[in-house]
Amino acid sequence: MSPPNGPHANAPDRPSSQRRRDALPRLLRRRGDGQLWRERLFHLFCAAVAWSGLVILVVLLFHVTRVGWPVLSWKFLTSPPSRFPHRAGIYPALMGTLWLIGLTTLFTVPVGVGAAIYLEEFATPSRWNRFIELNIANLAGVPSIIYGVLGLGVFVRWMHLGRSVLAGALTMSLLILPVVIIAAREAIRAVPDSIRQGAFALGATRWQAVRDHVLPSALPGILTGIILSIARAIGETAPLITIGALTYVVFVPESPLDRFTVLPIQIYNWASDSRRPFHDLAGAAIVVLLAVLLTVNAVAVWIRHRFEKYRMR
Amino acid sequence: MNQSPPVEKDAPAVPVLQVQELTIRYGDKVAVDRVSLDIPETKITAIIGPSGCGKSTLLRALNRMNDYIEGLTMQGRVLYRGVDLYAKDVDPVQVRRRIGMVFQKPNPFPKSIYKNIAWGLAINGIRDGVPQRVERALQQAALWDEVKDRLHDSALALSGGQQQRLCIARALALEPEVLLMDEPCSALDPISTARIEDLLFQLRDTYTIVIVTHNMQQAARVSDYTAFLDGGHLVEFGPTEQVFTRPKEKRTEDYVTGRFG
Repeated sequence: MSPPNGPHANAPDRPSSQRRRDALPRLLRRRGDGQLWRERLFHLFCAAVAWSGLVILVVLLFHVTRVGWPVLSWKFLTSPPSRFPHRAGIYPALMGTLWLIGLTTLFTVPVGVGAAIYLEEFATPSRWNRFIELNIANLAGVPSIIYGVLGLGVFVRWMHLGRSVLAGALTMSLLILPVVIIAAREAIRAVPDSIRQGAFALGATRWQAVRDHVLPSALPGILTGIILSIARAIGETAPLITIGALTYVVFVPESPLDRFTVLPIQIYNWASDSRRPFHDLAGAAIVVLLAVLLTVNAVAVWIRHRFEKYRMR
Repeated sequence: MNQSPPVEKDAPAVPVLQVQELTIRYGDKVAVDRVSLDIPETKITAIIGPSGCGKSTLLRALNRMNDYIEGLTMQGRVLYRGVDLYAKDVDPVQVRRRIGMVFQKPNPFPKSIYKNIAWGLAINGIRDGVPQRVERALQQAALWDEVKDRLHDSALALSGGQQQRLCIARALALEPEVLLMDEPCSALDPISTARIEDLLFQLRDTYTIVIVTHNMQQAARVSDYTAFLDGGHLVEFGPTEQVFTRPKEKRTEDYVTGRFG
């Protein structure tokens, strides 16, 4: 082996592989310090962006918790709102939110997952199906207030459901369905086709393959989509105000046709009050809302974990 | 294992599958061009040919696995024991129960070893003696001794070769008459390949096997009959020994001797 740039390096009759090898040390050399610095700077920038999001969140949480913590008590959770801050609680709003989560999940999961299964597994690429797909993608980008107006027109007035928690849940379902469908489709599409082929080769019908192999494999992805969507629904206010969810409710919905309010509306109501004690109530309600969100997430993670274990058995 | 039916080695081979003037197109592109071929009973038939010659497409036409491919059209007939597989009243699900398939890449379900086999039985309505059937299938696929103590572990923890034998066991558990294999060893190392080939020798008396392979030596080693496909045409079909040593066609000779593309 001759040294790099040795006497033979430029000899015309050297085989090209030898010439490449001679040039190697030069090729591997770093091209100036500028490249390294740019690399480090970019790294630093990315880290800063990632951390700043987290830091802002932590600061907000800290602030809200500090304000709301002293107010939080069992009585706060179980009392209706009141004109007097020391008596006010969030019971109706909390229950309204739980009703809304339950009903919305009930409507969204079967319809959303069913639509995704149909579009991914059964639909043939026709003009009509392309039209449906395009519309779902577009609907995912429609502002939530529009859904509120739609809900008011269709569910509250036309279907005579009134300003009930049922009408609210249906409106919320419409709002999050496109996102659920899109997420579920992505998850189903990510299941390798070899699994379906293997099932078909054993004499499985499309439905058997989907039920026993495709859906279980896609479940974690589908659940993630559902959780994110439900979380969005929990935080939404605009469409519910539009359909007429009340801002001051002292009772708890006992059936889907009862009137209701939800935590975000209650929070908005208190936060916009000019009196300081109500701001503390808003802080406490925010803590409760976050707790509800985290609980929903935790339940989903648990289901997911359980299902993954079941799948391996 | 004493379940293979008595086979007279010298009896004239009865065709199980008959391909008649079969043409398959992907859109406008012709993948299989007027192929006619009789697959003899309880023999191993190899389909060889260069990449893209239509081997896999032809194989998948034999148990209607092409049904799910969009834009694919067919002309001609495929007869299974005289019945047209593509007749209107034929259920593709029943076809695949009798004509099983093993794929190029091992594709066990992400479930336990046991469930991989039991699932095929369950969807076909077989409820009796499932554990015994699972054991027998695993023994037939020469996998039993390696997995008998961990039947309830994930199939994905097996090696590639073991996974492929599991896929063979999964197909055998349904007691099909025909087993189609689409390059079953192309993703495996030589040792696993040798084990699968040993397995083929054990299965040849019981099952009719059609194997697509890129590997000429493999075709020569394991098969009784060989079909050589090129550009969608069936160039030559005959006993393997004749195709490899005294091919009738110049193109076959060039291919089997490696003087081709």
